[in-house]
Amino acid sequence: MPHPSRPLSPHLQVYRPQLTSVLSISHRISGVALSLGALVFVWQLLAAAAGPLAFDGFQHMIGSWLGLALLVAWSAAFYFHLANGIRHLAWDAGYGFDLPTTYRSGVAVLIATVTLTAVTWIAVLIVWRH
Amino acid sequence: MDSGMRTPLARVRGLGSAREGARDWWQMRLLSLALVPLALWWVVEIVAHAGAGYAGFVDWVRAPVPAILLLLTLAATFRHIALGLREVIEDYVHHELVKLAALAAVRLGCAAAALAGAFAVLRIALEG
Repeated sequence: MPHPSRPLSPHLQVYRPQLTSVLSISHRISGVALSLGALVFVWQLLAAAAGPLAFDGFQHMIGSWLGLALLVAWSAAFYFHLANGIRHLAWDAGYGFDLPTTYRSGVAVLIATVTLTAVTWIAVLIVWRH
Repeated sequence: MDSGMRTPLARVRGLGSAREGARDWWQMRLLSLALVPLALWWVVEIVAHAGAGYAGFVDWVRAPVPAILLLLTLAATFRHIALGLREVIEDYVHHELVKLAALAAVRLGCAAAALAGAFAVLRIALEG
């Protein structure tokens, strides 16, 4: 079979990233990241079931700078995956498939991600101080 | 590969869509829909219990409604993860053995994580 010398589409190296394609792959990346985050959810429950000492250990780890940084990243990934997931469900139901709407809903997903992440961490700070 | 004894139908059975092909697709959508309120509820509660310490957290898990919702959230979350990671692996891992191992690890790992979480919730809820 002759080796094709013409570029095959879509060839990722020469493909200009677009909002649509970037959000699409980000949905998968955030999903994989959240799979790891879900294990922390189980860890917290197991620590609570094991007793006060184990729970304190968990809170110590998650309250460290690395733990908090991961939580901020996971919360952003969570809201992105949630908002973009709702966008996907709307597509699956047959709505919002035309190009202008797709771009508008994509921008809305990004705005929702930033807003909800910020609101969540402001709420954490307020709850923490009380 | 075996080619002699098996009929063409036997060789392809279970490998693709034959009336049941949409089942996992549907399940993923239903799980996603269920997880919208469940995951949001869980995040709100976690934020509300930030810094509440051991006693506050356990008191929350112990109450009947949170305990049941936590069990539902665990089940839906890890089934959603199992189906989602399987899709990612099937799309990007092309080495047959590595793919098989990754699929098995995801499936067993999700089942184990969901079960461990459920055990923890039940232990807290049913104790004393």
